[in-house]
Amino acid sequence: MSQLLEVSGVSVTFDGFRAINNLSFSIGSAELRAIIGPNGAGKTTFMDIVTGKTRPDEGSIRWGDMSQSLLKMNESQIARAGVGRKFQRPTVFEDQSVYDNLAMALKKDRAPWSVLFFRPKPEDRTRIEELAAEIGLSDQLYRKSGELSHGQKQWLEIGMLLAQEPRLLLVDEPAAGMTLAEREHTTDLLKEAAKTRAVVVVEHDMEFVRRLECKVTVLHEGSVLAEGSLDHVTKNQDVIDVYLGR
Amino acid sequence: MTRLIMAALAALMLCVSMAAAQDSPIQALLQEHRVLIEESSRKTIQPAIDALRDSGFPEAQAVLEKWQAKDLWQREADKLFFFVEKVDSKNYRLLDIATGEAAGEFPKKELNQLKPNSGVRSLIGAALVQFQLMAKDPAKRIEALDAIQRDPAAEHLVALSGAIAKETDPDIRDRKERLVRLLTISFGETEEARIAAIESFKGDLGVDVRGALNPLVATSREVAVGTLPEGVNIAAVLKPGSTAFSEAEAYDLLVSKDLVLPRITAADRRAALQENITDARVGGVPVAQLNTEEARERAYQALAEAGLVRAAATQAQIAEALAAHVFFEKYAEPSAAITEAANDTLSSINTQVGFNQFIDLTLDAMSLASIYFLAAIGLAITFGVMGVINMAHGEFIMMGAYTGYVVQQVIPDYTVSIIVALPLAFAVTFAAGVAMERLVIRWLYNRPLETLLATFGISIALQQLAKNIFGTQARPLTSPAWLDGALVLNDVVSISYIRIAIFVLALIFLGVFLFIMRRTRLGLEVRAVTQNPRMAASMGINPDRINMLTFGLGSGIAGIAGVAIGLYAKVTSELGSDYIVQSFMTVVVGGVGNIWGTLLGASMIGFLQKGIEWMNPSNTLAAQTYMIIFIIIFIQFRPRGIIALKGRAAGD
Amino acid sequence: MEKSFFARNPSVLIFIGCLALFTIGVTAMSEAMGTDVISTSFLKTLGKTLCLCLVAIAMDLIWGFAGILSLGHMAFFGLGGYMVGMWLMYARTEMIVVASMANAEIPPTAQEVVDAIGTQIFGVVGSSDFPVIWAFADSLFQQLLLVVAVPGLLALVFGWLAFRSRVTGVYLSILTQAMTLALALYLFQNDSGLRGNNGLSGLQNLPGADAIPQAQISLWFFWASAFALGLGYLLAAWVVSGKFGSVIRGIRDDEARVRFLGYSVEGYKLFVFTLTAVIAAIAGALYYPQAGIINPAEIAPIASIYLAVWVAIGGRGRLYGAVIGAAFVSLLSTWFTGGQAPSIPLGFYTINWVDWWQVLLGISFVLVTLFAPKGIGGLVDHLTGRVSPERYGADLGPDSGSLQEQEAEK
Repeated sequence: MSQLLEVSGVSVTFDGFRAINNLSFSIGSAELRAIIGPNGAGKTTFMDIVTGKTRPDEGSIRWGDMSQSLLKMNESQIARAGVGRKFQRPTVFEDQSVYDNLAMALKKDRAPWSVLFFRPKPEDRTRIEELAAEIGLSDQLYRKSGELSHGQKQWLEIGMLLAQEPRLLLVDEPAAGMTLAEREHTTDLLKEAAKTRAVVVVEHDMEFVRRLECKVTVLHEGSVLAEGSLDHVTKNQDVIDVYLGR
Repeated sequence: MTRLIMAALAALMLCVSMAAAQDSPIQALLQEHRVLIEESSRKTIQPAIDALRDSGFPEAQAVLEKWQAKDLWQREADKLFFFVEKVDSKNYRLLDIATGEAAGEFPKKELNQLKPNSGVRSLIGAALVQFQLMAKDPAKRIEALDAIQRDPAAEHLVALSGAIAKETDPDIRDRKERLVRLLTISFGETEEARIAAIESFKGDLGVDVRGALNPLVATSREVAVGTLPEGVNIAAVLKPGSTAFSEAEAYDLLVSKDLVLPRITAADRRAALQENITDARVGGVPVAQLNTEEARERAYQALAEAGLVRAAATQAQIAEALAAHVFFEKYAEPSAAITEAANDTLSSINTQVGFNQFIDLTLDAMSLASIYFLAAIGLAITFGVMGVINMAHGEFIMMGAYTGYVVQQVIPDYTVSIIVALPLAFAVTFAAGVAMERLVIRWLYNRPLETLLATFGISIALQQLAKNIFGTQARPLTSPAWLDGALVLNDVVSISYIRIAIFVLALIFLGVFLFIMRRTRLGLEVRAVTQNPRMAASMGINPDRINMLTFGLGSGIAGIAGVAIGLYAKVTSELGSDYIVQSFMTVVVGGVGNIWGTLLGASMIGFLQKGIEWMNPSNTLAAQTYMIIFIIIFIQFRPRGIIALKGRAAGD
Repeated sequence: MEKSFFARNPSVLIFIGCLALFTIGVTAMSEAMGTDVISTSFLKTLGKTLCLCLVAIAMDLIWGFAGILSLGHMAFFGLGGYMVGMWLMYARTEMIVVASMANAEIPPTAQEVVDAIGTQIFGVVGSSDFPVIWAFADSLFQQLLLVVAVPGLLALVFGWLAFRSRVTGVYLSILTQAMTLALALYLFQNDSGLRGNNGLSGLQNLPGADAIPQAQISLWFFWASAFALGLGYLLAAWVVSGKFGSVIRGIRDDEARVRFLGYSVEGYKLFVFTLTAVIAAIAGALYYPQAGIINPAEIAPIASIYLAVWVAIGGRGRLYGAVIGAAFVSLLSTWFTGGQAPSIPLGFYTINWVDWWQVLLGISFVLVTLFAPKGIGGLVDHLTGRVSPERYGADLGPDSGSLQEQEAEK
């Protein structure tokens, strides 16, 4: 199976502190992957590197069938290439309605000129309504998203990600601050999404990871410590050491 | 020999004169040159003056001085020379020129006053210089040297050289020697001597040297028919049509030497045409068509052919004339060896001058940089450390300056008033800063754009308030006398004391800032609060208090900077706004949150501005424009400033 | 189904209606119509105010919607004025020169005419040659193109440099202020080619319109200003109404998020910056013929700050807020500084508003920023009952929104 994203030998240093150390990682085009690791393991920095927010000091990142390098692209180009990202804290445009948020995320031409003359067609509206139904926000479509609850914002953000139709979804702690029912809903959404695209979930919560039923990568001190099924990695002595301390 | 003649003459005098007292040697000498002295012509008088000057008689100086002052008289009867003393309007008492003894009273009409004309007087003056050069009083000697330097002449050279050996004062001796060399450049007897003198000045910064050398290498543009003339010291051959020497210039040169017909100017031609309008036509061309240069040219040619106007040179004639002549630049000095040596020395001097100008410029730039640093250091605290944009910072500087002004109104002694004003300015602006922080900024932390706008509002209000209180005209803030004047290193490099003081003040501020931030409890707490206010609060630090104090400190420093800047610039209500943009630039360019960055930023901006001014000296406005453009471009390459925080700490 | 543009933005219709009524009313009361209720000078003030409203709309677009506090838009405004002023001054001087030369016995050559115009215009700065930048001044059409092109290009180049290096927030404000200062200082020089601090003058006289009374000309400019304002409002409302508006408001609230959605934030910013610069320039081109004179002091950074003050007081983030703010503050300012406001005797001191107006303005600006961040426009929300919860300054708990978080990080 050809890989969608291949990160190899990436390192990055902040003021002498090695946040990512010779990290290699790859994921196929329709795969669900969870990344776990203690605080400071470099999970968020890893996402920053893939999405172009942080430039690595060395290493290469190859993307897609053409094996493009992501290193020469900026954030918006990477996003247009098909990498979607959900932040740890829900970041939606609070001043705008749920509808506007979703409309902005819809996969369309993003050049200023065509956006200026863009007017939604009936099928765009239908798509937005479908998405809203999927994330359970049909009734809130015209409310300002700032008025939504925390969980609803999380879903709205996931909905926006889905609207982007990315080939790779990077999700940072989606379950934080959710009730149990909301978590289950979120798990379903992610599993559903992983059928057609690659999904990488960064999560602390083992229960949540277990429910995802997928391959797990353990990060520690900026590099991969172990990889495999959750049961496999939790039996790994190194992982136990890292999590429980020595 | 002279003695012999004098003795003979004296004997002769004895026979002729009626009184025996007038047989002094000096009288004899004067009598010897009596004809020349009576004639009193600039052309012929020199031998008489020389004889007196070289006589070695102690009275010679007095005689020359009296003669120059028209106080030398002659008795009609025996043509003897006397000094006089007025008895009454008709009668004078004669005094012997050698002894000063009275020689009887005579009516004025029997006496004859010598009235040398100005030409002769200046020759006498030149001769007197030698006496002055050896005068007992050093001040007199220096005065004489100054006089020579003002108006150098060949005859001073000998006098000066003679005066060196007996000089006792080493400084004056040095000056004399230098002056001899200077005079030798222009008036030396042999070419070798002159060249040696010229070369001895290599690398000398004195303006006098350049003043002596420049006339040697002065050139004039000359023209000759056919080939270059022989025996002329030619500096350069000029080619008409080159960038340095256009064809028009070449032709104008020919015209000025009356070698060719002048061209006619457009205005002259127009006037000529206007005078020759007949039946609404000029030279056969209808007047209405004369609205192009070509038509006017045609009409003028027609008039010229008819003989109505003088012919003007045509393009072909001009070309022919230019081809027939050679153009060159000629040195006024005929000797090529001397001009070469002079050029050589001048270029070595110019290198030296250039180097010193560079040092001078560097000093200038450093003082400008320290002014920017002073203006920006308060901002480095409020903006750099706290992240608060205070657009009223400039107005705090202004408040400091006005505080200084008010203090000077109360305390007339400038030194005392400055010493009082500095802490007072700090107190005033500290209070203003604390008030502003409490009333406004506190509510706007984490909303930088709103802070910017609110402080703008305060800035507008404060500026107008200052205008209402102090009026719109500039108020003086006078520096104490000991800050007047400048430290002069040589003819090129000098720096005013006030700039040195500002520089020192900037260094002190830098030290104080570093001390407070790194060595005091306040600094520690400030750093803690700015990095993580909540964490700091949980450690028992009161962030409100710290923010207030920090802001007050930054504002207070602005106040002190205001006093310093007020000494250097005029105090107006717009003083602050003149500095605010540059101050922010300084902080931004240097790198926010780092005092060394601010120092570097100030230095860069100061040096840059001086550098641009140096390239375009007439225009400080343009310099500022280019500097700002440069900064905008600079930020392209270092968006976070010279010293940038890296990594996560930098935020995004 | 998608509703029509006006149905979605009822305020646009209301605004256009008000503007039309206002224009008709003022016209009816103007001197040119014989009613003489509104003097010509006041008519000019009203016309100028409309132009200020237009530039305020531009400011609101760039600041209220795209979140870029530009302190350079009055520079574009001034540049527009300079561009149109060059033609006005050239054409009018040309007419005077040609008329005076017509009496000469020999007709002048084209060069002589140009030289004479040059002497007339630049004599005051001790020059008589036309600088290169006046190359198009003889053609109204070309010079009008420059009204758009010069500020547009400047904005494009400056914006490209600034946005490319991701200068944001207050840094960008300071940078735009520096640009404005640089431009003003440049124009203050005598050899800038635009008459140094003398500026361009006599702009109120339209070339060839000497026979038409100023009352009539002022009315024409008033109409043109009203028309431009209406058009500008429509354009701005259209730009912000659709997805483009969503994106730029998104940029204002969370730039990074927009970037991760795949929008090239720099391109959008540059587009809005240039567009608003052009609108500002057009406003300036209409303003200065009514003002009659333009000099570099008009471009000084403080002018752009006042523009921000107007928009803030009016209420940023809504177009009518900007218009209200500009009209309200600038008219009030004219009233106070014109000496019409009654002085307040306090017994020991008399408050003379010519001196104290700026103090009042500064303080009220601080008060607005502190207590009414929505400005006058916020009153409309109270009337229509659309008051959303005040979230500024809320504690950053685990569920705090992106707005606060983003601001906290700055």
